[in-house]
Amino acid sequence: MLQALEGSQAIALAVALCRPQVVAAYPITPQTHIVEGLARLIADGKLQCELVSVESEFSAASVALGAVVAGSRAYTASASQGILLMSEVLYNIAGLRVPLVMTCANRAVSAPLSIWNDQQDSMAVRDAGWIQLYCADNQEAVDTTVQAYRIAERTELPVMVCVDGFTLTHTLEPLEIPSRDQVDAFLPPFHFARALDPLHPISSGTLVSPEYYTEARHAHHQALLRAKDEIVTADNDWAVLTGRASGGLLEVDGPDDARVAILTLGSVFGTLLDAREEYPQLGPVKLIKLRAFRPFPVEALQQVCVGLSDVIVLERALSPGSGGIVGAEVRAALAELSAAPRVHNFAVGLGGRDVPLDIYPRLLAAIQSAFPVRFAILDVELDKLPAEDR
Amino acid sequence: MIEVRIHGRGGQGNVVAAYLLASAAIIEGLFAQAFPAFGAERRGAPVTAFVRVAGQAVRRRCQVRQPDFLIIQDEALLHVPGVTEGVRAGGGILVNSAQGSAELSAVSGRDVISLPATALANQFLGRPVPNTALLAAFLTLMELLPLEALVKALGQRFKGEVLENNVRLIQAAATGVTPGLWRRSETRDAASA
Repeated sequence: MLQALEGSQAIALAVALCRPQVVAAYPITPQTHIVEGLARLIADGKLQCELVSVESEFSAASVALGAVVAGSRAYTASASQGILLMSEVLYNIAGLRVPLVMTCANRAVSAPLSIWNDQQDSMAVRDAGWIQLYCADNQEAVDTTVQAYRIAERTELPVMVCVDGFTLTHTLEPLEIPSRDQVDAFLPPFHFARALDPLHPISSGTLVSPEYYTEARHAHHQALLRAKDEIVTADNDWAVLTGRASGGLLEVDGPDDARVAILTLGSVFGTLLDAREEYPQLGPVKLIKLRAFRPFPVEALQQVCVGLSDVIVLERALSPGSGGIVGAEVRAALAELSAAPRVHNFAVGLGGRDVPLDIYPRLLAAIQSAFPVRFAILDVELDKLPAEDR
Repeated sequence: MIEVRIHGRGGQGNVVAAYLLASAAIIEGLFAQAFPAFGAERRGAPVTAFVRVAGQAVRRRCQVRQPDFLIIQDEALLHVPGVTEGVRAGGGILVNSAQGSAELSAVSGRDVISLPATALANQFLGRPVPNTALLAAFLTLMELLPLEALVKALGQRFKGEVLENNVRLIQAAATGVTPGLWRRSETRDAASA
């Protein structure tokens, strides 16, 4: 049954269905409603779970880490500066191979201060060793949250579910919340093989000499690469159970004869679907929804880009002094193709800047140049800047 | 698809109004989407919220730039640049005001419908929160959804005395406008398109 739910509320319900035993989080816009929702479920006796109030995001991540290592299923959520403050712990969680699930309610990073959406926060921790899955709508946020626990627990890797702040977290829309039976059938009770147990003491995360650190990093990298299979399997199994898939590693929508594709992460995908219908005269265009950014699906991406002349990568973050983050990785992956498409790269929707339908014709016009657009921030209004900053 | 933009100030329940309208549409089996565009998160600051109602899943997530309808919770906002921008031809503007529709239209230079929503809210709720009264008037003007759908949406969010008072409020507010004035033969179809 479709219910009218705000994204955050729905994510809280999805987390609760996964029966977490410990939730630790520190409030930060636009993540707050998710944890408030969980707190309410706990207070109302609908979720048996320990809610740990902490004084910072560093502690939130640390409590969640400790809870999983003690054998509990745990959850946390954050955004923006909160993600940055917990970043040291995020690396530890990944390196310790702790299967934690968290939501990143994607938000711009200071300074200047912005509470609004872009994806600079999760991109800043892309090398922490977590799986990162980006959601295009709130139904995907619900379904991916449940899938994330199974992926995390089977791979012993943490999963960050990235959900565009406000654009998804604060949007009310009709959503299907899975039944308790469906989630229980999909997600077995958590058993952590390396849970700390005083009767069988082990050490974890200790000092590693140069003889072993390289191997630990290799093992972690391999685990992330292998996780691609689990991500696909989880989505397939979920689709069998519920009839809904979220796109596995990535999803392509559009006619086979299209020679141009636009690749996005997150909630811009739906806007582009509508824009393509609005401007049919602009010819066939494929839309690629990149769901898994870590692990980066090189092979799957190469496969869907064979035969394309141009790929436009849209992203809501950048690496100042370099350019696009996703764009650079897509370009590197496609360079291996024998007839590699031109890759154009744009940053859009920074700090909550609206991404309107008419972005679509503007993008398709911008790639008519002789050379591919290596990187540009779209919609910069230079007259707002002093001459020396233009 | 019908697109609505709601303008108000922090504390007037703009986002709740958008959520209630979308919820009422979803309860009626339509698809809908509602989301805010917060400015500063404080009471009194101008706040905008958006609602889309359609016969199929709403996929776009951009802000509503060319609304079919505006709901303005504070009449002073009628004079703020940009507030009435982009309203589609054949659309409508509903304003919370103690002035009558003709008077307010003359003053503002726009064809608007007014409802004394703050006074109604004070009367029925004892609080100057104009959002639910305006929604009731909007649904009555549109005849897109029955008032009962709004009652159900309120029931998902409120209970007890607050719910009962709001139900009495919206019934009273619905009598303050002409039923079907904004009804377009294609209204249902437009939502389905």
